[in-house]
Amino acid sequence: MKSIHDLILEHPFFKAIPTKYLETIAGYGKNLHFKKGELIAKEGDDADFFYLLRSGLLSIEVHLPAKGSHVLQTLRPQEIAGWSWIYPPYQWSFDLKAIEAVSVIALDGKSLRKICESDHELGYYLMKEFAKIMTNRLKAARLQLLDIYGKDPHG
Amino acid sequence: MANPAPIDPWLPEIFTVEKRVVENHDTITLTLKKKKGPSPLPPPKPGQFNMIYHFGVGEIPVSFSSIATDSFIHTIRNVGAVSNALFHSNPGCELGVRGPFGTHWDLEGAEGFDIIVVAGGVGIAPLKPLIETLIANKDRYGRIFVGYGARDPDNLLFSGLSSQWKKSIDFLRTVDTSKGATTQVWQEHVGVVPDLLTDLVPTSKARAFVCGPEIMMRSSIKRLLELGLQKNQIFLSMERNMKCAVGFCGHCQFGGHFICKDGPVFRYDRLDGLLGVREV
Repeated sequence: MKSIHDLILEHPFFKAIPTKYLETIAGYGKNLHFKKGELIAKEGDDADFFYLLRSGLLSIEVHLPAKGSHVLQTLRPQEIAGWSWIYPPYQWSFDLKAIEAVSVIALDGKSLRKICESDHELGYYLMKEFAKIMTNRLKAARLQLLDIYGKDPHG
Repeated sequence: MANPAPIDPWLPEIFTVEKRVVENHDTITLTLKKKKGPSPLPPPKPGQFNMIYHFGVGEIPVSFSSIATDSFIHTIRNVGAVSNALFHSNPGCELGVRGPFGTHWDLEGAEGFDIIVVAGGVGIAPLKPLIETLIANKDRYGRIFVGYGARDPDNLLFSGLSSQWKKSIDFLRTVDTSKGATTQVWQEHVGVVPDLLTDLVPTSKARAFVCGPEIMMRSSIKRLLELGLQKNQIFLSMERNMKCAVGFCGHCQFGGHFICKDGPVFRYDRLDGLLGVREV
């Protein structure tokens, strides 16, 4: 069975992390499994963790009054869920749900951000990596807004 | 890669709509049979197109969405005057057909390679015969991955084939939005097509085939290059305003290329720098 250290090392998010930080980060990680349909995080909750997705499918959702939940984006293995832990007010902006059974490494962001405050090299590494993810998601959101596939059949 | 052009490429032959299948609210698939004449149909290859003429309305290029020996099969989205007339063509309707024209997907050159197919919107139609050929000859290729994106679940094409394809190949679908889906509860991906490519690990023995709206192709190609593919490993199908289909009129000129004659399927390194040039 692979250790958290090994699993983190395999994940593209930590591909370039300085080796000296691997043990620290692994120390704040744990394997978690969620059932299909399980709510992992809820909008407005404290963002104490972020998740490296190992298997399954996650959705980032928003709840619309009287209309229910709406999926904004899905996340696949090798992707990462949650950056609210690193920026104030440290609360989830959207819901995170397991569309199918998922396995993740949950990392304790609340503890890691305290370390980042005193170790700026680690903080800068994490900021840079999250900035890349945010940039990609912003690009994707803009493409989605373009409605590149044409006319709206629903009027 | 181009097939020889028909003997008289200007002269439409009369075909009859044999079958009309409604794919979704604005897209249909027509099966066309030659009305008369002993000569066999010129065999099309995946990626090529016909010019289809609706009498009294006009003529447009349409890719083959399936390969048959005794008929031509085309999937048409209702987006303009001619496609609207074709969309409303019922069995028995007579149409003029010229073709097949253009270059095709280089499947022979991809044997022994891992295959990545990236489709967006109605761009799945020209890729469908390629996917069907890949599945029929699966043992000749490495891993076969197909990523397909559409606006929403109601706009996905060939949904009936999806479960079949999933049994044979890695086939993922995504939609820009699952909102407004009326036909099903969407349990697959939501997001843009390039995000389906995230965990691919392409090697030098890989080929990618891409077709869809140009901005979707640009972002997909960018992602494929980031994953490590070389420009000469990527093939794409281009679309421009085609009229003559044989490189005479120049309507479809794209830089130094004619999309109708030199394309529509191009190896990406041959178009490098042209995608994104606003003046072409």
